Amino acid sequence: MALLEVNDINVYYGSIHAIKSVSFEVNEGEIISLIGANGAGKSTILKTISGLLRSNTGSIVFDGKDISQVPAHKIVYLGLAQCCEGRRIFQQMTVLENLEMGAYSQPDTTIKKNLEMVFERFPRLKERRRQIAGTLSGGEQQMLAMGRAMMSNPKILLLDEPSMGLSPILVDEIFDIIKTLNRDGTTILLVEQNAQKALKITDRGYVLETGRIVKSAKGKELLDDDDVKKAYLGG
Amino acid sequence: MAFLSYLINGMGLGSVYAIIALGYTMVYGIAKMLNFAHGDVIMIGAYTAFYCLTVFKFSTFTSILIAVLLCTVLGILIERFAYKPLRKASSLSVLITAIGVSYFLQNLAQILFGTNPKVFPELMRNSTFSLFDGQLTLSYKTLLTIIVCILIMILLTIFVNKTKTGKAMRACSQDKEAAQLMGINVDNTISITFALGSGLAAIAAVLLCMTYSTFTPTLGSMPGIKAFTAAVFGGIGSIPGAFVGGLLLGIIETLTKAYLSTQLSDAIVFMVLIIVLLIRPTGLLGKKVHEKV
Repeated sequence: MALLEVNDINVYYGSIHAIKSVSFEVNEGEIISLIGANGAGKSTILKTISGLLRSNTGSIVFDGKDISQVPAHKIVYLGLAQCCEGRRIFQQMTVLENLEMGAYSQPDTTIKKNLEMVFERFPRLKERRRQIAGTLSGGEQQMLAMGRAMMSNPKILLLDEPSMGLSPILVDEIFDIIKTLNRDGTTILLVEQNAQKALKITDRGYVLETGRIVKSAKGKELLDDDDVKKAYLGG
Repeated sequence: MAFLSYLINGMGLGSVYAIIALGYTMVYGIAKMLNFAHGDVIMIGAYTAFYCLTVFKFSTFTSILIAVLLCTVLGILIERFAYKPLRKASSLSVLITAIGVSYFLQNLAQILFGTNPKVFPELMRNSTFSLFDGQLTLSYKTLLTIIVCILIMILLTIFVNKTKTGKAMRACSQDKEAAQLMGINVDNTISITFALGSGLAAIAAVLLCMTYSTFTPTLGSMPGIKAFTAAVFGGIGSIPGAFVGGLLLGIIETLTKAYLSTQLSDAIVFMVLIIVLLIRPTGLLGKKVHEKV
């Protein structure tokens, strides 16, 4: 059984039908990518899974439990963490406080252990733990956002545009980190406009067009797919 | 020496403003709304303490405790029934509702308690003490008010910076969606904020009534507006800002009354506010809000 099963969800913004009967699944240990143009509905899908938006139909089954009606603040307790688009760190709190908030759902005893784990993965956050998060560089803020999400020990991590606004070197670094997290046991659901990079590390990918899944295949196959190449990979 | 005495009395008045301003500023910080009913929560606190002391003959401590608890519950109820249904409404609707709640409480108090002024019982003998060979005379009330305000500030600062709930409050005030994704229950956090602010309003009510003993159902209006001014003055959303704003406002008001004009003191206070906002639109300690594109 899949770790995350999205069945036939439909999401509306007012009268706009943003997500149209989308279904897909993520198996344990996989890296799954949703790719598509700006406005295709990628972020909307992630927000619906994490409970910030609601689908009128269908179900979202995570780890054997239908979470489609569970309030957003309870979902992280089940082992699903999301890194929002635009990082969304708490700008006026310190790096350490941000990480502590990431572990809000965890008992006090595990916070210390998780903190060590995150500092080991992101040594730069350790150096800057007393710094106000808003003063970090873009790359550091992305690391903080990911570190914060990892503080809840998630089974699955939803990443929304982690490479947005970062320099090419940092983008490589972020994708390396995603691979390592996955190798160490975290299932990843990745939303990216940088389809090239995303598909290279992806087990399976789904292509989204105006709220509908139009194609799904192994990451490598999508990289070689003519339509995908034309639309998202620059030729 | 007279100046020093005015200054300290101003700090006493300002301490009350500061405690009320905390309620405005914390609620604004988290719910991004101006709770204009806050002043009337003070009034309810005053009547509660008054009846506890005079009718039920409770001790001072018990009476204050009951007033604090009742205002805390009132704050939670106001948020739950008046503001929570409007969470996604425009800020104008929320503002009008807040004014409505304010009038509702004032009129309810007029029906329940009557419009005749009540006289708050003397909680402390109005004893004074002298310093510098009798050149400076201060009342214990003023001193108590200042100490209570400083204590509240210290405790609140510790709460907001060191406790899990306090940090969750700050997280919510910065980004509600992200806070939810951390597992923070935003609705509960907003309730806690209203509860805290309203509980503090009850303390402010007792301090206010110790100084100005006569009160009516409109007791909360003027201190409410002034404390709101103090919150904006110090930078709305900022806890230290409410403290600084409140103290400064009290000092300016007292000094104006002493040296310039008693009648014009309110006008001058609000003029100072306008000048400060012209020079620093975010208030003295206000943060610049970076709008995300």
